[in-house]
Amino acid sequence: MLYFSKLRILFITLFSVLFILIASSNLFKFDDNFFDKKINLGLDLQGGSYLLLEIDNEPVIEQKLQNLTTTIRNYFKEKNIKINNIKIENQNIFFNVIENDKQSVLEAFQDENSDLNPYYPRFKSHQLEIEDTELNFKVNFSRQGLIKLKTSSQDQAIEIVRRRVDEVGTNEPNILKRGNNRILVELPGLDDPMRIKSLLGKTANLTFRFVTNDENDRFGVEKLKFENGLEEATVSKRIIISGENLLDAQPKMDTQANQTIVSFTLDRVGAKRFGKATSTGIGKQLAIVLDGKIISAPVVRDTIASGSGQISGGFTFQTATDLALLLRSGALPAPLEIIEERTVGPDLGQDSINAGMIALAIGFMLVIIFMFVKYKIFGLITNVTLIVNLFILLGVLTLFEATLTLPGIAGIILTVGMAVDANVLIFERIKEELKDETNNILAFDGGYTKSRTAILDANITTLLAAIILFFMGSGPVKGFAVTLGVGIFTTLFSVYFIARLFTSIYVSRNKDKEKLI
Amino acid sequence: MIAFNKYYNHFNLLSSVLIIVSLLLLIFKGLNFGIDFKGGTLIELRASDSKINVSSLRDRFNQMDLGDVSVKKFGNDTDFLVKFENKDNKKNIIEEIKANLDKSFGNNYDFRRVENVGPKVSAELLKSGVIAISLSLALMLIYIWIRFEWQFSLGAILALFHDVIVTLGVFSLFSLEINLSIIAAVLTIVGYSMNDTVVIFDRVRENLRKYSDIKIFELTNISINETLSRTIITSATTLLALLAIYFFGGEILKGFSLAMILGVVFGTYSSIYIANTVLVRLRVSQKTVLREEEDKK
Repeated sequence: MLYFSKLRILFITLFSVLFILIASSNLFKFDDNFFDKKINLGLDLQGGSYLLLEIDNEPVIEQKLQNLTTTIRNYFKEKNIKINNIKIENQNIFFNVIENDKQSVLEAFQDENSDLNPYYPRFKSHQLEIEDTELNFKVNFSRQGLIKLKTSSQDQAIEIVRRRVDEVGTNEPNILKRGNNRILVELPGLDDPMRIKSLLGKTANLTFRFVTNDENDRFGVEKLKFENGLEEATVSKRIIISGENLLDAQPKMDTQANQTIVSFTLDRVGAKRFGKATSTGIGKQLAIVLDGKIISAPVVRDTIASGSGQISGGFTFQTATDLALLLRSGALPAPLEIIEERTVGPDLGQDSINAGMIALAIGFMLVIIFMFVKYKIFGLITNVTLIVNLFILLGVLTLFEATLTLPGIAGIILTVGMAVDANVLIFERIKEELKDETNNILAFDGGYTKSRTAILDANITTLLAAIILFFMGSGPVKGFAVTLGVGIFTTLFSVYFIARLFTSIYVSRNKDKEKLI
Repeated sequence: MIAFNKYYNHFNLLSSVLIIVSLLLLIFKGLNFGIDFKGGTLIELRASDSKINVSSLRDRFNQMDLGDVSVKKFGNDTDFLVKFENKDNKKNIIEEIKANLDKSFGNNYDFRRVENVGPKVSAELLKSGVIAISLSLALMLIYIWIRFEWQFSLGAILALFHDVIVTLGVFSLFSLEINLSIIAAVLTIVGYSMNDTVVIFDRVRENLRKYSDIKIFELTNISINETLSRTIITSATTLLALLAIYFFGGEILKGFSLAMILGVVFGTYSSIYIANTVLVRLRVSQKTVLREEEDKK
């Protein structure tokens, strides 16, 4: 156990030096082309905002079911099957048919090639589920159908979220999917997430619809409140143009009226429709509706054929900028709710770094002094190993660009405290061996060999705990699991290679000394 | 040699009492869950005006109709921690509070940290915390069962249960807050306590093979003594590191390091006085080890 070949010594030295260099690249600025990896600081250390958003899919499901009733009706109409009393209740479609048609309805829903099962060729499963009681049917989305619906609205939503966050221009945001209905947004360096929160909280569903007094409007009407919450107006459900028709939107200063406005440009389809509506609707009020509230309802004075226009509504420059941003980035498929928020200010982050570093330094010093007092020369060996171990640990974290969090720093300090364990196990065993073994080298050999199973068992148990933490923990706690877990490997390396190398050199030079340890 | 075995019965009794008291505390007093597991809002606030203190802050917050608000000093005199349930899960609560505080205190304060956990997320976090701890106990059980005989595995798991339950009992007794980092601490305690137990068990098994004529009652004592200096040194260095975190690592890590300190103390104690006494009570002998080894062959 004490013999080291020259090649092995070379390898150990190179390996240690390499990691010390990598670790120190965090402190000194190397040429970026040479090595540009760095330990990332977690949001709790560099300050920033963590937002977990949940997509509320209820309206989407409602909407899709609405569309489905039309599909079902048309589908069976072609087949001359009469669908009666079709309605939506509690996210189910209900309808009934006459006795003779029952079988063909069931068959149509099972048919893998019918329009009612658009996924079948791809997912080998039905989009819809049908239940029948006598002549009544209940239709809703199958599990697969719901998953498909959720992932597709998640895909759309994450795209919109990304656009909105990018428009605000924070540095290196991290936007990730979580499950099939959540989106995680990490915004480093942002200590006041108020604006982003309000931007992400809006669906930004924009429509232009005429104000009407005719309760019997062909498309139906609804009563909507104005943004200020005081007035109300009856608005037709017929949509002239919607947010999808917008090419661009920008905040502008209207010097004539001395107010901030949002000017917009429409695409070709939108421009055509807008032109037609404004030519036939002169004198009528056109309501601009955002997320179910009327921003303003100006009276149409002229035909607008140019495909551009403006929205006024008592905006400040900030609200106009935000509205323009929302319109440019598009509407979310469904409302988002912020279900978890964690924001750390940059000065608290810096304080945490300082406290963590002081604790690390003090913890390190205490352990080093303790080990030196207890083991003298072998304590010194342990201490040198401990320092190298710390650098290798930091080096590995740098190499994988791991995220260091405050609990992560605690994990490093804890590793320092527990790293001596393996060396202590070995040294204590050597002491015992020396009681009935006069040959120093044999005693050391025995000490290393006999302590091995205990060291292995002890480290595997800690590793198991770290692995569970890594997979079950979130955010900062994950950082703890990483440093604790990586620390076990670097500790074993430094104990079995570096410390053993030093020990072997010392022991072979002092073969005949009594009371070596 | 220290006669640890003289006190096996006494300490078994003490541990049983500790476990029962802890369980009673957990059942009747319960744990003080933080917003991670209960949901709600937390604000860490730093004041630059001496007018801002616990009572003036409490007055302000109570006027805002937020339900139960707790205001505490956090570390030094200028830092405060405000917590409330946010039952209705109001959306712009932070902005409202800011506007309200601005009226009384101007801008002589600063939000250093804001956390808002919705009820759904907190329920999930609690669930995954419980799963994580159970899973780690189960994994340890399996690992020890593979590496040792079942009597050892039972001893180790009883020791683990003791450490986890008594640590949580202390948290319940003093109403210390349970948050995500405490779960991390408990898992680390599980790892550490196991580590400590395994080292002694390893020696017990080695000695069982070596001496056929020594009874387990004596043998555990010999093994404890042989590994004693390692036990002391490792717990000492680990405790030194943890004390450094506790005193210098800042307020946020206080609960975490306290849980770990308790865990290391209980873990060291339980490896000696619980894990080993299980072996004694199950009358483990050389035969147990040898028979098992033949079975495995």
